[in-house]
Amino acid sequence: MTAAVAERQRGIGGAISDIFFARPQLLTFLLLTPPLLWIGVVYIGSLFALLLQSFYSLDDFSGLVVHEFTLATYEQLFEASNAQIILRTVLMATLVTITSAIIAFPIAYYAARYARGWTKALFYLAVMMPLWSSYLVKVYAWKLILAKEGIITWFANVLHLRWLLDGILELPVVGGPSLSFSYLGTFLVFVYIWLPYMILPTQAALERVPVNFIEASADLGADPRQTFRTVIFPLALPGIVAGSIFTFSLTLGDYIIPQIVGNSRLMIGQAVYTLQGTAGNIPLAAAFTVVPMLIMAVYLWMAKRMGAFDVL
Amino acid sequence: MSSNANRTTPLGLRIAAIAGLLFLHLPLALIFLYAFTTEEKSFEFPPPGLTTKWFGIAWTSRPDIWPPLYLSLQVAAIATVLALIFGTLAAAALSRTRFFGRETISLLFVLPIALPGIITGIALRSAFDIMSIPFSVWTIILGHATFCIVVVYNNAVARFRRLNGNLVEASMDLGANAFQTFRHVILPQIGTALLAGGMLAFALSFDEVIVTTFTAGQQTTLPIWMLGELIRPRQRPVTNVVAVFVFVVTLLPILAAYYLTREGEHTGGSSK
Repeated sequence: MTAAVAERQRGIGGAISDIFFARPQLLTFLLLTPPLLWIGVVYIGSLFALLLQSFYSLDDFSGLVVHEFTLATYEQLFEASNAQIILRTVLMATLVTITSAIIAFPIAYYAARYARGWTKALFYLAVMMPLWSSYLVKVYAWKLILAKEGIITWFANVLHLRWLLDGILELPVVGGPSLSFSYLGTFLVFVYIWLPYMILPTQAALERVPVNFIEASADLGADPRQTFRTVIFPLALPGIVAGSIFTFSLTLGDYIIPQIVGNSRLMIGQAVYTLQGTAGNIPLAAAFTVVPMLIMAVYLWMAKRMGAFDVL
Repeated sequence: MSSNANRTTPLGLRIAAIAGLLFLHLPLALIFLYAFTTEEKSFEFPPPGLTTKWFGIAWTSRPDIWPPLYLSLQVAAIATVLALIFGTLAAAALSRTRFFGRETISLLFVLPIALPGIITGIALRSAFDIMSIPFSVWTIILGHATFCIVVVYNNAVARFRRLNGNLVEASMDLGANAFQTFRHVILPQIGTALLAGGMLAFALSFDEVIVTTFTAGQQTTLPIWMLGELIRPRQRPVTNVVAVFVFVVTLLPILAAYYLTREGEHTGGSSK
C-alpha cells in the first residue's frame, strides 16, 4: 500500500489526493460544505425568517407590519374563524390519510406478494406514472370529471342513479351546487393525488414481511383475518405511517386543490396564500404556516419512533 | 419465496388492486380525450364530436403559451444542473462516512419535500423580502433547486451504497489519484443514477406550481399559465392540449429514469 502511494503520479491532482488520502474527514467536509450551505442558508435561513415574521404583528390602522415581538398574532389563530380553518384542514388531512391507506393497501399487498416479473414492473410503473406526472394536469382532469356536465353526472344518468348523486350533493357540509364545488370533490381529488405516496412505502414495508411468518401463523391455526390483524398489519404499519407523512403533510399545505375543486370555505394553505398576497398580512400568514410545521414536527417525531423512516 | 410463486391470488384482493390502479389511471386518459373535443365552452361528457384542430390553434394562434414554456424550460434546466451538483456532493459525503450529526443532516436534505410546499414558498418569499432581493428567473430557480437537490440526493445515495469499495481501492493502488478515480471508476458507476435523478428533478421543476407562485413575482411559468387558465378559462380545449403536452414532457423523463435505475433499486425521490 505505502509503495503504491509513493509511486502515484505527482502534480496538483496527486498532491491533493495525498492530502485526502491522509485525512479522509477533510474530503467529507469539503464535499458536504456546499450543499449544506445551500440547504442551511437558503432553506433553513428562510424558515427562520418566516418564523421571525410570525412574532411581528400587523397594525390595524396603517396596515403596516410592526417590527416588535409580540404573541398577538398567534392569539388571532385562536379566533373562531381562524381556528375553524385549522380544524377543517386537520380533519380533511386525517380523512384523506385514512382513505388513502385503505385504498392503497390492496394495491401494495398485491404488488408485494403476488406480482412477479413483468407484472411487478407493471405495478411499479403504474404507481410511479401518476405519482410523477403533472400535478396540475391531474387536478385539471378531476375538474373535468367532477364538473356538473362531466363524466360522473353522465354515469349517474346512464345508471339511473341521478337521485343518488343529487341526494349526496344536498347533504349539508359535504355537498354543494356540483361535485366540483364541494368538500366531497376536494376530498376525492386529495385522495387521488396523494394515493401513490401511500402505496409505495406500504409496498416497501409489506415486501419485508417474511413469508415464513404468514405460513407459521396459518400453521398455528390462525384464519386469514387473524393473520392479517396480528402479523401482516403490525409489520406493515411503519410503511403506512411513512406514507401518511406525505398524505397528511401535503393535504395540510395544499391550496391549489381546494381553490380549483372546492367551496368558499378556506383551508390553511388558502388562508396563508390570501393573507400574504391580497391582505398583506405577512405575520398572520407566517403564524398560520407554523401550525402545519408544528403538527409535522410532532408527526415526524412519532413516525421516527415507529420506525417509519426505515422504509422511506 | 418459491412457495410464493404458485399460490393463487384471492379474487377480492385482485379486484381491489385492479380497481385502485384504474382509479389512478382513468382520469389521466380523460385528459387525452378532452384535448380532441369539439365542445368549446363546457366539459360536456361524452364529447359531442372529436377534432384535432385545437392542436393547430395552440401551436399557431396562442402566442401567450410560448414565453411561459421557455421560462419553464430555462428554470428546469438550470435548477437540474444545480441540483445535480449539490445533490451528488451531499450523497457522496454522507454515504462515505459515518459521523455525529449525519442523520440530522440527511433529514435536512429531505425536509424541503417533507414539509408542505407552501411553507417553502412563503419562507423563501419572506427571505427575499427581508434581503430586498427582486423577483427574477433566479428567485424561481433558487426555490426549485432547493427541492430538486433531494431528488438527485435520493437517487445518488442509493447508488453510492451499492458502489463496490474494492474497485476504488484497486484504482488507488494502481496509482490513480482521487480525481482520476472519480472520473474513471466512480462516475461510470453512478452515472445512470445521476442521469435518472436529473431527469426526475427536471420533471419536478417543469411541473412545480406552489413554490413558484411565491417566488415568481410577475413572471409566468407554464404551470402558472395553466393555473390561470383553470381559474379564468379562455379556450378550454387549448388548455387541454397544453395539459397533454405538459403530461408528456413530465412523463418522458420519468420513464427514462425508470429505465436507467430499474435494476435493483427504486427510482428515488418517492415524493415531490
